[in-house]
Amino acid sequence: MTTTLIILAIVILLIFIFIGMYNSLVRLRNAVKNAWSQIDVQLKRRHDLIPNLIETVKGYMVHERELLEAITKYRASAMEAQGVGNISRAEGALSGALGRLNIAMENYPDLKANQNFLALQEELSSTENKIAFSRQNYNDQVMMFNNKIEMFPSNIIAGMFNFKQAEFFEIEDKAEREVPKVSFK
Amino acid sequence: MWELVRANKRKSLMLFILMGIVLLSLGYFIGLYVKPPEGGTAGLLIALAIWGILSLISFFQGNKIILAISHAKEVTPDIHPRLFNVVEEMKIAAGLPKMPKVYIINEEAPNAFATGYRPDNAAIAVTSGLLARLNRDELQGVVAHETAHIFNRDVQFMTVAGIMLGSIVLISQLFLRSMLYSGGRYRSDSKGGQGQIILLAIALIFAILAPIAAQLLYFAISRKREYLADATAVRFTRYPEGLASALEKISVNTSELKSANKVTAGMYIVNPLKREGMRLSDLSSTHPPISERIRILRSIAGGAGYLEYQKAFQQVTGKAQHIIPSSGLKEEENAALRDKPLETKTQATAKENKRILGDLMMTVSSFTFLNCSCGLKIKVPPEFTKKQVQCPRCGNFLPLVK
Repeated sequence: MTTTLIILAIVILLIFIFIGMYNSLVRLRNAVKNAWSQIDVQLKRRHDLIPNLIETVKGYMVHERELLEAITKYRASAMEAQGVGNISRAEGALSGALGRLNIAMENYPDLKANQNFLALQEELSSTENKIAFSRQNYNDQVMMFNNKIEMFPSNIIAGMFNFKQAEFFEIEDKAEREVPKVSFK
Repeated sequence: MWELVRANKRKSLMLFILMGIVLLSLGYFIGLYVKPPEGGTAGLLIALAIWGILSLISFFQGNKIILAISHAKEVTPDIHPRLFNVVEEMKIAAGLPKMPKVYIINEEAPNAFATGYRPDNAAIAVTSGLLARLNRDELQGVVAHETAHIFNRDVQFMTVAGIMLGSIVLISQLFLRSMLYSGGRYRSDSKGGQGQIILLAIALIFAILAPIAAQLLYFAISRKREYLADATAVRFTRYPEGLASALEKISVNTSELKSANKVTAGMYIVNPLKREGMRLSDLSSTHPPISERIRILRSIAGGAGYLEYQKAFQQVTGKAQHIIPSSGLKEEENAALRDKPLETKTQATAKENKRILGDLMMTVSSFTFLNCSCGLKIKVPPEFTKKQVQCPRCGNFLPLVK
């Protein structure tokens, strides 16, 4: 009688531990999804701002036509990209081009007198920041989730219920971003 | 980062238990002295009741009270888009569940604070003087520091600890005053004897020492949390120079924040009250010296992680003290620092900034703006009830529509 009770208690305890681990995996996976949707919101916002920006600076930055065209092209391919890996590559290219545009703007003092442009620039640089910060947050969440999947004993449950590792949102090498060399075809 | 929040929760629980014991024994011994032997329980219950009432008030109204006594006004995004953007950026970096409310305090002294019991119910307030002086990166540093307070549950912790401290001070003061005015009257109506004198001694010692001990404890924790908030802010922004140069600009300021008082002083990013003697007040200060905070921030070299802040702290202060709970350091993965400011744009002059902010504050306080045909901009306060305004320059009458 006592032995049965003890065994029963152990089984119930195990079930509870099992449920707890499963739930924390689900919670982490949802946190990753949520963090991703935050990035997505900001990326959309960036895509929306770019045509406006180009329209505003076009008249001033006559010598940067190629750069502006490149930005339009990168934006289009970033909007089409699917999957974390592809999106992060496409957005990385777009970030690089926008960074170069930002540097180039320094040569156009007239732009800075344009109130419309200043408001737009604040919006854009804030959106860039928000992308960077939500990426930071997303990667933190992904790391916690991936750790949980790999670590014992939660890896058993992760294996049973087919939890897959999430992909990091990487931005390509900083040095590569800052050197202004792009081949326009 | 989340491990750190948990470690903080454990630590603050211990502190609360400690302060709770002090509070209850204070009540118990006073009660015991006043009416031995059954008075002890009554004293304990009274102490508990005082604490409970103060806590309830602060829990339901604390936010509003603090924002009201600081004369903070809630603003909408269109009034100061940049401030809103920066707060939203930090909300994202910290992964807060909800955007904190944004308040502006119309004061010349640059300062900022955060309030709110839970991260989904928080508010950040900055003074207009701060907005006028700081550039984007510096503003981001300050907002990151405040967001760090929300993220680390410092606001919650400091409020609860502050209420306990307040109760302890209140009870001791009540007892000591009554002793002073009654001249120890209570002693005569009991049978007297040695036991009574010992009880009086214990009650007196408790009443004198408890508030001091509780205050020192509170201040020590408050200082530590300031360092921690700086470290978390760096973790959020990845750019220590922003906060460092903001602190530098703030520390140059000499004007005192009029709407701050001793109770709310601990909440601000830097001590809003003027300091008297430096050395002696170090122990009783809610904030670490600004110059030290700046030096620590500037000596962070290896990255934005907590471990790097810890190293910089030890290097600058020469203390081996652990600012970051070790459980926070263990799980820590370092992160690269951002190496250049985001903004290269030149700032508007101080005078322009003041004009912009003056108008902004008037918008906040619902002034009406009228443009006269002679080119003068007339700012009409909300108290003005007449239907038309005379332009002081050209004498034209302008209709006032509200």
